[in-house]
Amino acid sequence: MSTTATAVGVSPKRGIWGGGNEPLKASYGKLMMWFFLLSDIFTFAAFLISYAAIRVSYPGYAGPAESFVGSNEYWPVPELVFDAMPFLHGYHIPLAFVGLMTFILIMSSVTMVLAVEAGHRNDKKDVVKWLLWTLLGGITFLSCQAWEWSHFIHGTDGGSVLTYVNRLGQVVTETVYGANLLVNEYGPAAFAQLFFFITGFHGFHVTIGVFLLFLAFYQAAVGVYEGRGHYEMVEKIGLYWHFVDLVWVFVFTFFYLI
Amino acid sequence: MALQENKTTLEVIPRNEEKIKKIWKTALILLILTSIEFVFAFTLPRGILLYAIFIGLTIWKAKYIMMEFMHLGEEAKPLFYSIIVPLIFLVWLVIALIREGSDIFMMRW
Repeated sequence: MSTTATAVGVSPKRGIWGGGNEPLKASYGKLMMWFFLLSDIFTFAAFLISYAAIRVSYPGYAGPAESFVGSNEYWPVPELVFDAMPFLHGYHIPLAFVGLMTFILIMSSVTMVLAVEAGHRNDKKDVVKWLLWTLLGGITFLSCQAWEWSHFIHGTDGGSVLTYVNRLGQVVTETVYGANLLVNEYGPAAFAQLFFFITGFHGFHVTIGVFLLFLAFYQAAVGVYEGRGHYEMVEKIGLYWHFVDLVWVFVFTFFYLI
Repeated sequence: MALQENKTTLEVIPRNEEKIKKIWKTALILLILTSIEFVFAFTLPRGILLYAIFIGLTIWKAKYIMMEFMHLGEEAKPLFYSIIVPLIFLVWLVIALIREGSDIFMMRW
């Protein structure tokens, strides 16, 4: 969406890659956003593939779902771990809360693409409206994740009886509630470690996304982009926001479904 | 002064309902695919088949997000390939690390 004419006539001698024009037909900022996202895909892929590698190195829980107890001997079944809902303490409602979080993030991605579309039309009113909805979706998602983490850390009423090596290097057998980086009531220590790292790294991305969205919302509302003559910034932040949604789609599958 | 002039020349193009409809249609597809995953998580027995279905549906969703929401399909072909082709390295990483994980499983249990 460059406003200045940059294309110099392509001479047959130099060809399209010989310089003097834009062979990729995208602005510098958009290209750099794409290549940043490519590097970020590798980072997240490394996290998720490590999860898979560590997971297959443990036996899975094979017993009936009703008699499931957390143990550091086998990998837990996600739907038996993530079964809590806010305000409904003690009920077994598997995966409903993460399902809701997924819905919120996908919807905020939809409102983002509507904001980008409005930007193409220079429609300030629509851009501001859809960015505000996206911002709301992002903040709601982060709040849900904060609750999810808090519940994961504090654990269930019953806890699990585990034998493990504590901070002082002693082997102890005791009831463990919740999760930390050393031990957790759901499964092997690596289960909680990976949960904190992967969803935490994703949540960190969402947090940055919320800041960027606020910036775009503010600048669009006060007319910065209108003065600039184009809404390319909305498009670039949109790419980032869709990427955050894309990563969540994978986190949802690998962490909560498989 | 130049800024002022710019402001008056930025013309609002009316909505293209067709385009907006397509965005909502993509959203609906994403939500339906997620619901299917959700239903399968509770109805099908856990195993390789279910995992393969999950991963297939996830990649399908990723395709919709990248092509429709991020407009990667509308970019120039060299840009498209410079984003997609490097992802081939991940195939190797998956094979290598899953093998490694299974070997650790064999040694441990």
